[in-house]
Amino acid sequence: MPEFLAELLNQNDIFTGPTIMEYWGGLVTTVQLVFLSLILGLLVAVPLAIMRTSKNPLINGPVWFYTYIFRGTPLLIQLYIIYYGLAQIEGIQQTFWWDIFREAFYPALLAFTLNTAAYTTEIIRGAIVATPSGEIEAAKAYGMSWALRMRRIILPSAARRGVQAYSNEVIFMLHASAIASVVTLVDLTGAARNIYSRFYAPFDAFIFVALLYMALTFMLVFAFRKLENYLLQHQRPVNS
Amino acid sequence: MRKLIVAASVALTMMAGVAHAQERNLRIAFDVPYEPFEYKDENGELTGFEVELAEAMCEEMNANCEFVIQAWDGMIPGLLARKFDLIMSSMSITPERAERVLFSEPYYNTPGGWFGPESFNTDVTDMAAMEGMTVGVQRGTTMDTFVTEEMGGVVTIKRYTTADDMVLDLEGQRLDVVFVDYPVGEQTVLSKDGFKEVGEPVKLGQGVGVAMRKRDEELAQEVNEALATLKEDGTYNTIMDKYFAYDIKM
Repeated sequence: MPEFLAELLNQNDIFTGPTIMEYWGGLVTTVQLVFLSLILGLLVAVPLAIMRTSKNPLINGPVWFYTYIFRGTPLLIQLYIIYYGLAQIEGIQQTFWWDIFREAFYPALLAFTLNTAAYTTEIIRGAIVATPSGEIEAAKAYGMSWALRMRRIILPSAARRGVQAYSNEVIFMLHASAIASVVTLVDLTGAARNIYSRFYAPFDAFIFVALLYMALTFMLVFAFRKLENYLLQHQRPVNS
Repeated sequence: MRKLIVAASVALTMMAGVAHAQERNLRIAFDVPYEPFEYKDENGELTGFEVELAEAMCEEMNANCEFVIQAWDGMIPGLLARKFDLIMSSMSITPERAERVLFSEPYYNTPGGWFGPESFNTDVTDMAAMEGMTVGVQRGTTMDTFVTEEMGGVVTIKRYTTADDMVLDLEGQRLDVVFVDYPVGEQTVLSKDGFKEVGEPVKLGQGVGVAMRKRDEELAQEVNEALATLKEDGTYNTIMDKYFAYDIKM
């Protein structure tokens, strides 16, 4: 450890080595939880969004119902139901499922994934529906099949329209993950709560964690700006 | 006419001032549910050992008391932000807390108790046997401090905001054992089938006191006097016998 850092840590009672390590553990948990749920959520959301745009009510209906339920209830309630509800199922402790759902991490991951997938589905659906009909007609005129049209024309075009709305969803998800601490998971907020309850210093404990969340948010914003630049390259003037 | 109204309202205000001159207004905060200390009965009324003690104390102090419900996490900040004037919510006296708030003399002390399922046969003081177990505690309590300091590297500690959530996880077999304020464990864990006390109760800390803002020294003196009277004239014992089969007086 550099000397100036060691000196800084010695000057206060709260931000000592163990405290910093607790925040670090929380940061790792938050990042794991948020990124895994976002990646899984996106993987689920793309096929669901395509199903959601189908005209067949048997395909479109169940997806509509799923997004309606998960967008219509608070994430906290979903987390409570999945975390405490699963443990109440008779005999689940004897099955292999319990190895997964005993720890708080997987119920939280499941709740977050289902929640973000519902929102992302609707974002992508909106972007698909807004595809200019000229693009689709042109693709049809070239003789492209439905699958090829989806892959080459509709989805890339929808990605360009959806990326801004999706970047908001990612940032909301990062902030919503703060509720993971209510089911005993020591994420960033959980670490801050532990430290607050140890030192009774709400400002120090929570402002520090707020700064960490802000740093994460700025990194996400930066990454999405790069992604938008890449996706929307063709719209920029030639010499810029 | 206008003068008459002004005069009348001035007179009314003054009368109100006189009426309140002896009775001071106090707001007391509780975190519910924390049976049997403070909880809501079937009718939704706030009751419990500390609530009744607070009522008796207010009467003794001739104060007009209002009860406020506040979650544990925001107790001390709420007090400092003047959202209420007293905390009577089983707040144990610790040096860290005493730096932020002013405590009265302790008014009760209960040990921490170990509770677990019927099948639990491990000696909780045997660190080798406890290795790898998952222990539930309430975040920021003296029980939390005890387990963190004594068993920190040995067991996995799960911290909960409310006792209810913790008991739910004990029932769901996410926790092997919980270490909780004895009367709370008695009410919440032992009242369910298949659970028992699994170790000797551990005496912790300096007891529970009324917490006030540092500058309210006069109020603290009044509270101490009122509590001392209640302890002597038998009111305290009457309330205690209603909720406990054993002595928690301090």
